[in-house]
Order: sequence, then structure tokens, then C-alpha cells
Amino acid sequence: MTKTAARLPPFQRFLDAHSADVLRYLVASVGRHDADDAFQETFLSALRAYPRLSAGSNLRGWVLTIAHHKAIDVHRARGRNPVPVAEIHDGAQRSPPPPGEGEGDHWERVRALPARQRDVLTLRYAADLTHAEIASALGCTEEAARRAAADGLKNLRKELTDVAATA
Amino acid sequence: MSLPPPDLRPGEAAALTARTAARAADEGIAEVAYATVDSPVGRLVAVATPRGLARLAYELENGGLDEILDDVALRLSPAIVEAPATLDLIRRELDEYFGGRRQDFDLPLDWSLSREGFRRRVLQECALIPFGATRTYKDMAIAAGSPSAFRAAGGALGSNPVPIVVPCHRVLASSGGLGGYTGGLERKRLLLSIEGGVLM
Repeated sequence: MTKTAARLPPFQRFLDAHSADVLRYLVASVGRHDADDAFQETFLSALRAYPRLSAGSNLRGWVLTIAHHKAIDVHRARGRNPVPVAEIHDGAQRSPPPPGEGEGDHWERVRALPARQRDVLTLRYAADLTHAEIASALGCTEEAARRAAADGLKNLRKELTDVAATA
Repeated sequence: MSLPPPDLRPGEAAALTARTAARAADEGIAEVAYATVDSPVGRLVAVATPRGLARLAYELENGGLDEILDDVALRLSPAIVEAPATLDLIRRELDEYFGGRRQDFDLPLDWSLSREGFRRRVLQECALIPFGATRTYKDMAIAAGSPSAFRAAGGALGSNPVPIVVPCHRVLASSGGLGGYTGGLERKRLLLSIEGGVLM
């Protein structure tokens, strides 16, 4: 790797490169209403740490991990079950999403899943992280991330079937 | 089952990015702020730290915005954001200068992009040359304390990180020729003509 390639880009370039990805992830993860603040908090935190970052870092995975922590703060502030649960079970404890969220109800349903399933599905499908990157962001094994994703999708499918049955 | 990511409204991420960058500069989280400024001598890139203006670069002559910012990131800090409001003072003073309503810039400068010692002394002496006046490279070498180092004085002026504001265009060859200029001789001529100086 050349010396040039190993340098950190000016922060503005990094911000421009990842802003849409981070915003999409946050809209999915916390809803449109809270996404703006979480976005600003994400990049301001990233900027504080940026000068000390090593140049070869996976910047996209890094900033989405920060965004994930900000999303957790939002969920915690809302008083939902914030800590990833050790055991994934089907009987998800649900609270209704805040009103006025217009970004498609599949993400509202994802937000109502148990925390670990919600986190894995948003990081996988809204942030497009790999299971390895998700495992690193969540501090779990790749296998646990895959399992939580499968469980989450199963819950969503079940819910859609229930909705269809009662309709 | 597919879970498509949420749609963003057009311009939504860009607007939020601009607000975040402005906040980073206001709250002092960013160590460096920049803005582009249009001028009669072409587009300029102005770069400031909390201490003052550190760089004013002719965009095209310095390889474009990306290359200018890469250089600043390497030499000052990578914690750089685009924050036009932070650069309002330099933009206003440049507008006044090019509009013939200002002769001296009185904004604070951050000298950290010029090497300490002879080079910086030459540039600091250059900053004192009044509007409409000119000096020679030899004058600058003498002023900086090394009378025989007129070539090195030329080199120091060529490395001027804040042209226009530190008026290296006011330094000419002893022969009466224009000498060199960091932004090309056409610009040197134009700046001198704005100031009503002697032209050849």
C-alpha cells in the first residue's frame, strides 16, 4: 500500500461518502423523527475520534457502528428493552412505534422486534453490513448474528401471516 | 422476504450533512474549516483554523479541491469540514478587495503551514508591503535578515500559503521583470493592475 493510500481522507470527504448510508440506517433503526439528531450525534462523535483513527480502518463499518450506538441511545431513551437479549425467543415484547413515521411499515415492524433481532436486521438490510461486520459492531459471534437475523425474519413472516389472517 | 432500505428524500442527506458540518465548526469539534470562494482571479479555497486563515489556494493551480484538502489534512489535521459561515470574514474582505473598497486585510492568520525560520520571516515581512507598493526579492531577503539569499526569498514567496492576503504579488525581480507567482503570472499582473501598481 502506498503512503498516499494509507492516509485518512479529509473528514468532509468521509462524511459525504457515508452520509446517505448512515441516514438510511438510522431512519430504519430509530424512525424518521429521531434520525436527524442521531445522524448529527453520529458524525460529531466520529469527528472527535477521527484524528486518532488508524488510516487503514474500515471507515464505513466504523461509522455505522457509531450510528448503531446512537440508535441504542435513542431506544434506551424511549424506554424500550435496550440491551441485546441473551436468548432470542419468539414471544417478542412489543411497544407501538411512535406515530407519524412514514418510511414503510416493514421497518416499524422490525423496530418492534426484540433488540438483538432489530439490530441485526437493520444493520444487515438497511446498512448493508456483512454478518462479520455486524458481529463486530454488536460484539457477538457471526453465528449469533446469523441466527438473530433468521429469527427476526421468521418473526416478521409470522406477523405478516397473522395480519393477513385477521384481515 | 426482502427488506428494502428506507427511501431518502432528494437532497435530504446533503442538507443534514451541511448542518452537521456547520455545527462541527461552530462547536470547535472540527479543527479545520474550509469554503470555496469565487473571485475575479478564479475560484479560491479558503482554509481556517480557530487561530485564523491558514491557506488560500488557487483551486486550479493547486490540483483542485481534493488535492488541496489532502495536503491540509496531512499537514494540519484530517478533522476538516466544509463550513462556509466560518469563512464569512475572509469572503467579505476578498469581495471588498476585488471591488476596490479594501486595501488591507485585517483578519487573523494561522502561520502553521509555512516553515518556521527564514521562510516565515520573508512571508511576515511580505505581509507588511502596503497596497499599491512593490518590492524586489532582494529587498525581501534583506528584510528577513539574509541579504544574499534573494533566490531563497523567491522560494519562500513561492510557498506562500495565503497569497493575495499576504501580498507576494507585490514582490518583483530586481531587473524590473515580474518574477514568478504561485498563481501564474497572469494573475500577478491582474492583482497589480487592481492595485494600480507599476506594470510592464
